[in-house]
Amino acid sequence: MEPREPENDDAVVRKLRERSPQAVSEVLEFRGERTLVIPAAHLLTTAEFLCSDAELQFSFLSDITAVDHFPIEPRFDLNYHLLSLTRRERLRLKVRVAGGDPVIPSVVNVWPAANWHEREIFDLFGVRFEGHPELSRILMPDDWEGHPLRKDYPVEGYR
Amino acid sequence: MTTTVETVTGAAETMVLNMGPQHPSTHGVLRVVLELNGERVVKARPVIGYLHTGIEKTCEAKTYSQVIPLTDRIDYLAPLSNNLCYCLAVEKLLGLEVPKRAQYIRVLLTELTRISSHLVWVGTHAIDLGAMSVFLYSFREREELQKIFEMVSGQRMMTSYFRIGGLALEPPPGYLDRIQRFLDVFPSRIQEYEDLLTKNRIWMGRTQGVGTLSAEDAIAFGVSGPSLRGSGVAYDVRKFFPYSSYEEFDFDVPVQTAGDCYARYLVRVAELRESMKIVRQAIEKIPAEGPIRTNAPGIVPPPREEMKTSIEGLIYHFKIFTEGFATPPGEVYQAVESPRGELGFFVASDGSAKPHRVKVRAPSFVNLQALPRLVEGRLLADVVACIGTIDIVLGEVDR
Repeated sequence: MEPREPENDDAVVRKLRERSPQAVSEVLEFRGERTLVIPAAHLLTTAEFLCSDAELQFSFLSDITAVDHFPIEPRFDLNYHLLSLTRRERLRLKVRVAGGDPVIPSVVNVWPAANWHEREIFDLFGVRFEGHPELSRILMPDDWEGHPLRKDYPVEGYR
Repeated sequence: MTTTVETVTGAAETMVLNMGPQHPSTHGVLRVVLELNGERVVKARPVIGYLHTGIEKTCEAKTYSQVIPLTDRIDYLAPLSNNLCYCLAVEKLLGLEVPKRAQYIRVLLTELTRISSHLVWVGTHAIDLGAMSVFLYSFREREELQKIFEMVSGQRMMTSYFRIGGLALEPPPGYLDRIQRFLDVFPSRIQEYEDLLTKNRIWMGRTQGVGTLSAEDAIAFGVSGPSLRGSGVAYDVRKFFPYSSYEEFDFDVPVQTAGDCYARYLVRVAELRESMKIVRQAIEKIPAEGPIRTNAPGIVPPPREEMKTSIEGLIYHFKIFTEGFATPPGEVYQAVESPRGELGFFVASDGSAKPHRVKVRAPSFVNLQALPRLVEGRLLADVVACIGTIDIVLGEVDR
């Protein structure tokens, strides 16, 4: 992915940087898709702003996914796929989380749709979401050991 | 997935009822834990995971082409939509352009898939609510569609017909005539379903005003597809972010504003007619001759004849099917409008021949989150209507 720095050439990045200069640490562009790398500390305020801003209106959360880069640190990438129905625009937010004790603020209060997505990531990757109303396993049984989508979890499972 | 039923503390007059996972109206293995006050639902909690097969983990151990058969099994009522979405995602990652003929055939078949999936929905939804006969009629038409899929791809359900860079094989002679014959009778068949349901007093009583979802709630919960359009939001991926040449087709996006089960029924029936419109245009557009695969040596297998006659063709064939092909490192998200809503594939590549991560944004999984909002405060009998109306496929919910 080619970093596209540092000109603030689109409205979203400009608006975010106007509010707080550190809000966007990197802008990536690949195959016409725009990714904003957000420091974890800025995630909640950025999410609230993008969702509620009258001009941007990224009120539709399509998806949240995690990617495990084990053994590279920071180990996890969290990708938030946003959609603005008024601007007909997609946007990806990326937050990097270290592997030791992965914790990140929950965005359930911004987009209620995040509830099950975050539970799924907690279940399959073991990333915890602070402030989530009921963070429990969703696909695997409650007494399952390990987080299957982590790269150090064997495809055949532990035997 | 929680396998126990908790008792509710401090609420003497409510009882907890466990519905599913083995229950005919849950369309698979959905379990809903209901807290009831008399016949009123106080609280509903869907419990999923009974059909989790770890498809996303399996993808990471397969080459890019080997993932395609797995995508069939995610939403088994609309396998071609899944094939299409995954292939488009990988093609986007590779920067491949697919020949127009293949694009039109893809549109043709995915729209037939939408009709077939909506037919299953209208039949099973009606049977859930006590209207037996619609099921028999809608499955009659679905059978013809299954035969068309078999004719084109060799498989009734798990088609795997779309491949990275185009199609698996040249469609057989006469396939367009057969689809045309289906189109000739199908409008009268839609009329039959409508005669049985649309003005039926019992049907209206069971669906009107039931499971109401406001537009704000639908967006907040990420609901997409006919369930969102029944609440008055005209979001359709085919119109917003056209793919596979959908911008060249003329069709409307049916929208209803009531937001209840009846509105979603009307949207889906209208979509049957719109899909038919698209199929008719596709039949006109598809050129009789032309390549069905893009020319990308090392990524797309060469034509059979070339593989048999030229040494380069044989080498490429051998390499593609033994070791796959490498992709540029990067991440892409591709969405299509599946019969259930926005189906998305997120594919992350680390530059090797196997995907680093494949994530399926399953519309059923997301739409199911809104179920408590639909049923809470309503009668127990309405739960059946509400599960049916969001049109979930558990294979897709649990993956």
